[in-house]
Amino acid sequence: MTQTNALYHYCLRLGDDAVVLGHRLAEMCSRAPFLEEDLALANIALDYTGRAQLYFEYAAELEGKGRTGDDLVYRRAEREFYSHLLCEQPNTDFAYVIVRQFLFSAFDRFLLDDLCAGKDARLAEIAAKTLKETRYHLAHASDWMVRLGRGTAESNARMQHALDALWPYTGELFEMDDVDLQLLEQGIAADLHTIRSLWQTEVRQTLQRANLKQPPDGYMQTGSRKGIHSEHLGHILAEMQYLVRAYPEASW
Amino acid sequence: MPTTTTDIFTEKIERDLAIEPRDPMPEEYRRHLMRQISQHAHSEVIGMQPEGNWITRAPSLRAKMILLAKIQDEGGHGLYLYSAAETLGISREEMIEQLQTGKARYSSVFNYPALTWADIGAIGWLVDGAAIVNQVMLQRTSYGPYARAMVRICKEESFHQRQGYEIMAKMAAGTPEQHEMAQDALNRWWAPALMMFGPSDAESLHSKAAFQWKIKRESNDALRQKFIDKTVQQTEVIGLKVPDPNLRFNAETGHYETSPLNWDEFHRVINGDGPCNRQRLEHHRKFHEEGRWVREACQC
Ligand SMILES: [Fe+2]
Ligand SMILES: [Fe+2]
Repeated sequence: MTQTNALYHYCLRLGDDAVVLGHRLAEMCSRAPFLEEDLALANIALDYTGRAQLYFEYAAELEGKGRTGDDLVYRRAEREFYSHLLCEQPNTDFAYVIVRQFLFSAFDRFLLDDLCAGKDARLAEIAAKTLKETRYHLAHASDWMVRLGRGTAESNARMQHALDALWPYTGELFEMDDVDLQLLEQGIAADLHTIRSLWQTEVRQTLQRANLKQPPDGYMQTGSRKGIHSEHLGHILAEMQYLVRAYPEASW
Repeated sequence: MPTTTTDIFTEKIERDLAIEPRDPMPEEYRRHLMRQISQHAHSEVIGMQPEGNWITRAPSLRAKMILLAKIQDEGGHGLYLYSAAETLGISREEMIEQLQTGKARYSSVFNYPALTWADIGAIGWLVDGAAIVNQVMLQRTSYGPYARAMVRICKEESFHQRQGYEIMAKMAAGTPEQHEMAQDALNRWWAPALMMFGPSDAESLHSKAAFQWKIKRESNDALRQKFIDKTVQQTEVIGLKVPDPNLRFNAETGHYETSPLNWDEFHRVINGDGPCNRQRLEHHRKFHEEGRWVREACQC
């Protein structure tokens, strides 16, 4: 694999996480527990959609086939999406929304920290631009983890349930394949082994504060590095890509 | 010098001074505003649903971001307005309860469905466009907190109208299918948008008092005419047709004349029998109920 090709794939992965998680958060519009939180979730959805745009524009340039960033989002098939399985998990209830966000933002925060110092100027620039908002996402989610974990018996039970259900999707966040290894050697990609221990500390501390039990690291779901997803992704894409696919000649 | 509380209120109104929450005010004035502002707040919030219906199907990342930001603004307008209503002595919980039990209303236009992507264009262009005309007037309404909320809101509304018009213009100039979708959306939203101003003031019970108290400063028909005049021209610019066979420009008055509106339909829809009334309230109740455990856990 050429370095450009590896970098193209790396950008797709980053962009796919952003676009899929952003989509899930956007689904929450008019569905939050109260209006202020509705607006906060829309804000996070906007942040993710915005950074997806940056990653896909870069990916499209690296690919060099004349496709646009939007082409990569709206005309790519399920099996060519590389977002982590965690990002596509549904908004089962508000606890799932928060736990998913917490687990991912805790990862994202250290990932972006690392990419900021990376040798690819464009990626470093995107990371620097988005790190601040990610810190806010993490603070927002952590705050909810603690409030709901320590809230009522019902809120604690719901949070624990969501945490147990989503935990098996966290192992995948730290998988590294050829793309990572090649770019790591060039000083471009993040070292997910290092990030893993930082993430573990962050998560452990918040779960303790939140009065939630950390699930054991048993069986971990995997597949997204190879474009293999849960059944949920196909539905997300069916909805997201509907207009562009139904009217391939149209521009909007 | 005014001596009674009624005198103080009347004098302030006469001198065009804003009435503030601690000022004396007649009970009917307070009730009128409470009803109007909470209805306005509910409209912002319920209005998030038809547009929210298309967020997940927006056809580009840019379109998705613009729509998300727009709907987020509407939620923000809901917040300002709930706060303005709260200064009159009603809590947000009470207002939500009134909405969900049907005691309080919201703008009937949101009882129509957003069927295609062109509807997102039509809503921004026509529904926000009509709202602006009304809200510009309300910037000078006599109740201070309401007027100030309107000033903030109007700043954001013109962006809403522009993004909707941009979608319509793009689709009207697009493929034949897109053009047809745009015209179809205009056909369906035209009359509901014109009805947003309400029936002629002559028929309206509340209007007379609202004029006296300077809550309202222009008649429903005058506001509607303003909207028609600017919108007809915008329609022609992008190559769409106003769906009214009787539309004609009256050179003497300088205004467009249009067919009478179907007020029976308006009354039917506002009283509950529209395409989406039940769906909108069900949605609101469902997610409010699903969020109960969260609100209980944080007492918010
Ligand atoms: Fe608004
Ligand atoms: Fe608006």
